[in-house]
Amino acid sequence: MTMNNQGRPTAPGTVEESELPTISGDRGLDHEEPLIFELGRSGMTGVDIPEVQVSDTHLGGLRRRGPIGLPGLSEPEVVRHYVRLSRMNCAIDAGLYPLGSCTMKHNPRLNEKMARLPGFGDTHPLQPEQTVQGALQLISDLMRWLMVLTGMPAVAMSPKAGAHGELCGMLAIRAAIHARGETRPRILVPESAHGTNPATAAMAGFTVDEVPATPDGHVDADALEAKLGPDVAAIMLTNPNTCGLFEPRIKEMADAVHKAGAYFYCDGANFNAIAGRVRPGDLGVDAMHINLHKTFSTPHGGGGPGAGPVVLSAALAPFAPLPLITHDGSEFRFIEDRETLPHGAKPFGRMCAFHGQMGMFVRALTYMLSHGADGIRQASEDAVLSANYILASLKDVMSAPFGEGPCMHEALFDDSFLEGTGVTTLDFAKAMIDEGYHPMTMYFPLVVHGAMLIEPTESESKESVDRFIHVLREMALEAKAGKTTRFAGAPRLAPRRRLDETAAARKPILRWKPKELPQAAE
Amino acid sequence: MRYLPLTKDDRAAMLNKIGARDIDALFRDVPKAAIVGRSAFDLPDTQGELEVERALSRMAAKNVSAGSVPFFCGAGAYRHHVPAAVDHLIQRSEFLTSYTPYQPEIAQGTLQYLFEFQTQVALLTGMEVANASLYDGSTATAEAVLMAQRVTRRSKAILSGGLHPHYAETVETVAGLSGRVVRTPVTPGNTEDIEALIDDETACVVVQSPDVFGLIRNLRPIAAAAHAKGALLIAVITEVVSLGLLESPGAQGADIVAAEGQSIGNGLNFGGPYVGLFATREKFIRQMPGRLSGETADASGKRGYVLTLSTREQHIRREKATSNICTNSGLCCLAFTIHLSLLGEEGFTRLARANHAKAAALAERLADLNGVSLITPNFFNEFTLELPKPAASVVDALVDKGIIAGVPASRLMPHDHAARNFLIVAVTETVSDEDCDALVHALGRAVQ
Repeated sequence: MTMNNQGRPTAPGTVEESELPTISGDRGLDHEEPLIFELGRSGMTGVDIPEVQVSDTHLGGLRRRGPIGLPGLSEPEVVRHYVRLSRMNCAIDAGLYPLGSCTMKHNPRLNEKMARLPGFGDTHPLQPEQTVQGALQLISDLMRWLMVLTGMPAVAMSPKAGAHGELCGMLAIRAAIHARGETRPRILVPESAHGTNPATAAMAGFTVDEVPATPDGHVDADALEAKLGPDVAAIMLTNPNTCGLFEPRIKEMADAVHKAGAYFYCDGANFNAIAGRVRPGDLGVDAMHINLHKTFSTPHGGGGPGAGPVVLSAALAPFAPLPLITHDGSEFRFIEDRETLPHGAKPFGRMCAFHGQMGMFVRALTYMLSHGADGIRQASEDAVLSANYILASLKDVMSAPFGEGPCMHEALFDDSFLEGTGVTTLDFAKAMIDEGYHPMTMYFPLVVHGAMLIEPTESESKESVDRFIHVLREMALEAKAGKTTRFAGAPRLAPRRRLDETAAARKPILRWKPKELPQAAE
Repeated sequence: MRYLPLTKDDRAAMLNKIGARDIDALFRDVPKAAIVGRSAFDLPDTQGELEVERALSRMAAKNVSAGSVPFFCGAGAYRHHVPAAVDHLIQRSEFLTSYTPYQPEIAQGTLQYLFEFQTQVALLTGMEVANASLYDGSTATAEAVLMAQRVTRRSKAILSGGLHPHYAETVETVAGLSGRVVRTPVTPGNTEDIEALIDDETACVVVQSPDVFGLIRNLRPIAAAAHAKGALLIAVITEVVSLGLLESPGAQGADIVAAEGQSIGNGLNFGGPYVGLFATREKFIRQMPGRLSGETADASGKRGYVLTLSTREQHIRREKATSNICTNSGLCCLAFTIHLSLLGEEGFTRLARANHAKAAALAERLADLNGVSLITPNFFNEFTLELPKPAASVVDALVDKGIIAGVPASRLMPHDHAARNFLIVAVTETVSDEDCDALVHALGRAVQ
């Protein structure tokens, strides 16, 4: 999932330590923790494995000669190391995490428990099919849920994340166009798109042409139609879009795209706003990835693993990648090679080894069965309701560029309310950390100046949202009143002050090295 | 619904504040015809935890779990013992329910373990730098080929016949778009003359060791031949535990290492999620795909970590990015790094020796069976047997005896007639002596 431009280096300057320093360097429950390589001693291990001698007979003269350089620690030392590291992280379980476009909803623990059932967690991808009928049934059931919820006739399950799903969809589009005996090099991508969209189009061998946004935050449908032509393969459009708005002219755009002989790729990152109420198939979508870690609650895990199945229209379905799953009336089977394809199948290739993110499939299906179709619809409605409630409660003190109408599952603000205060979007977001909140998504989408994108999700109670609104209101009022102390140099109460990203990028240190070796990396 | 905290009254109060008559008013931008009701979805309603658990457990029970039988499947996924502490630690809320560490002040836990992970991967592979992981070994291999094409500005990729066929197909799907992918025939044994295919247009040679048949390959002559023509050697590893006993690909001259890290810390999970390891030389870091955690200092001078070199990545560079990848394998890479920390140098090398010793003993016993021969003289914990009849039929016959004997090569290379009788057998520390006895006995009868 693409985000803010935190990747753009910022240099923080220096601050004075005002508190009395402790002798240990730790502060109460906040412990400093060295690198694992700075702990331990040689010969120690946290796993008891009997020592055996091995001969060189079968090693082909390639036995390792030198040591690897790993530290040795006992189990309690390792456990403490990672527990201490964990305590330096913000998490949904501990508080509202309003990252727009990322959908930080509750991750039910039942999902985790089900994924660990030995029948799912302890099965091998290549063990005989007759021994994994339950696993194939699970995938097949999940496929059905995804197809019914999206109103699409086919789904490719193997993509390993949203961006991987985008690639899968674009390769299916490429194959469909080649099958028509055409070459269409150009992809239209709105300027508000996630960065993965243009990156994926380029990776799939296309050139990217940007479509502007209208002043009200929508894709400029007229500009889009003007750009269509016989060299356009597809549009890649996010709906609801990255400004948190539903594209009202979506059907019209889809029709124009199809009329021009092109395909409609929909970035499904924001499907969580409409699941159970709107079927993308009814909007003319040809391919859409579904981030199981967003809409269907599989945990984000600090950045993965994700899962990105792609639903496909009838026009693209024949080009779905291997493997395919069939049911012959009595048994499920994989189709893993081109010799045994069902009639009409023309797979474009293979996205990865094996069959996809099974562990995520179990979690997603568990979530779906728990919610049911009615609960999924309610979740979408609550997510949209909470975002609108935040928009309505803050737009008088913060500035909402598209605040006239309702938003979908996320509320977008810009930095015009901070004009003249000396406080930036970055300062405002970092000050939220001191208030106990993870910042919202900043500086994305790019079509809005100093963007702040807030997505509360359906997982927050009204009390929790009210408290959040209260804090943001007070912050906005203080900033506007010229009381800017809490913003300058924030956060002050986090495990770290602002970090020097400029220095990190200029002289990259990407690994630990023993002291005697030079530390410089470039 | 137990996961939704808003009450009916809350919803009414919130709509009132918004000034909307009902929830439909918030969906007013959606074309009327596209709004559907409950009846559009032929799907069940909400269920309690007990009911859902029952339904899923019933499905799971239809599978034969690897731990419940003598089990010898490998070919890219390996069953190892994962210490209990690993799964406990990765389920801590602060790891499980956090996002990508875009706010480094409140994500030092993730950033520091990624930095440690990068160091571990670099040490294991014998390379200078590693990234914070890719999806899995196969996609890491495809990314490695794309990177080699960028670095050399050449388009041809040569894939060894010993590369896992799924990996080769993954590479062809992606790298075949912009360049030419050449595969040498799939034949076990040191017979392929891959060096002879390398020419002035070659961007990279991709060689897996131990290869898909389990054979240990000497990378040195291939590296020398590649470098002589200005091409890069990409070494692929699907069983990272082998690095505890075998010389690292870095020491043998590899320029990029793409590996599957599942063996350490991660269960079989029917094929995913796994964790792709990616390591290379320092001079190529700006051409690397994927996330990187780098060391820096905060405003008070304390050491800390941030995501760095983001100008390679899609959220900044868009269509000019080195890859479209956005996520990494976060939690799987955490499991990897915790397990490896628990093992340490001593545990990891012992684990490797235990695997090899067990595999060597079993290989010799199986090769003594009438009509069975070992066709991979050098191997780590996986080897290939040639049987007197199709391996798939033997595997099926042994399933009926409650033994999962390995992966028939025909599952991975169905068109290769010569491979029909090949059985790929993996032996890890989780296989007991009784399991080995059972396989020797049953296979002996099955091939008679």
